[in-house]
Amino acid sequence: MGFVELAFNVFAVVTIACGLGVILSKNPVHSVLFLILAFISTAGLFVLLGAEYLAFLLVVVYVGAVAVLFLFVVMMLDVDFAELRSGYARYLPFGILVGVVLMVEIGFVVAAWNIPEEALAVRQAPIVQDVVAVAPGPDGIVDTGDEAAVALAPNNAEQLGMVLYTRYVHFFQIAGLILLVAMIGAIILTFRERRGVKHQHVGRQVARTRAEAVEVVSVPKGKGIQL
Amino acid sequence: MIGLGQYLLVGGLLFAIGAAGIFLNRKNVIVILMSIELMLLAVNINFVAFSIYLGDLVGQVFAFMVLTVAAAEAAIGLAILVTFFRNRGDISVETANTMRN
Repeated sequence: MGFVELAFNVFAVVTIACGLGVILSKNPVHSVLFLILAFISTAGLFVLLGAEYLAFLLVVVYVGAVAVLFLFVVMMLDVDFAELRSGYARYLPFGILVGVVLMVEIGFVVAAWNIPEEALAVRQAPIVQDVVAVAPGPDGIVDTGDEAAVALAPNNAEQLGMVLYTRYVHFFQIAGLILLVAMIGAIILTFRERRGVKHQHVGRQVARTRAEAVEVVSVPKGKGIQL
Repeated sequence: MIGLGQYLLVGGLLFAIGAAGIFLNRKNVIVILMSIELMLLAVNINFVAFSIYLGDLVGQVFAFMVLTVAAAEAAIGLAILVTFFRNRGDISVETANTMRN
């Protein structure tokens, strides 16, 4: 067993075990930590596949942002999580049944699926050569069989950039819009206007005139006045 | 060389675990959200594995989209959860029938 196979087995087993840990652990904080480890080992799987950009995106986006958001919410909410787990044993057989049935169905689909010959031909040519063909050399000639051309080929991040900013630029823009909508939605959902809190209204202060702020009265001697 | 089938097996197992987790933790919304994240991760594994083994970069572009949507979904879901907790004082899904009447 070579190093790559060993690394794959380790990452795969850790990913699956952490997936089980997420759904089975009693404490939601542990669930979040298992989720983080699952994401990290999946990033390892992506590196083994040769998709480095997505691997590091996974680490940055998930481990850096989403998992921390989960951890923040889990720790912020003051909830009795033991009470939430009541009825767990009742759902256990049903949950296992659903998981097994889903797994068997996925197995059927994968077993019934076969790769057509053309796809196999594409598979023989590494992904690198496709992109070299997209971006020909300085002389304009594309020689995919050339070792030097393959060595000069762009890496995974550059390849993704070549397609993402050209052919799929609308996808890219829509992704940005989705994130914008999510951001506005999250802010509006959690925004709370507090009542009964004294704020300083600078505009109102500045707009105050002398007439409405000061009143000149003449006070009769020995009587005082009623305001 | 690791075959495509092995990656698909990991993805399929993770997806099944995520689906089972939704049923197992029916009362705890946080774990349900995490199970959904697991399922989206499994889908991403399959996308990237197919992308590499079939030599087509579009799979990775689509995995990028799935990642974006998953992040947005997590943010919105947790925002709803926080609002729900603030209004009701607990996060139990079973009694969440405020909209019914």
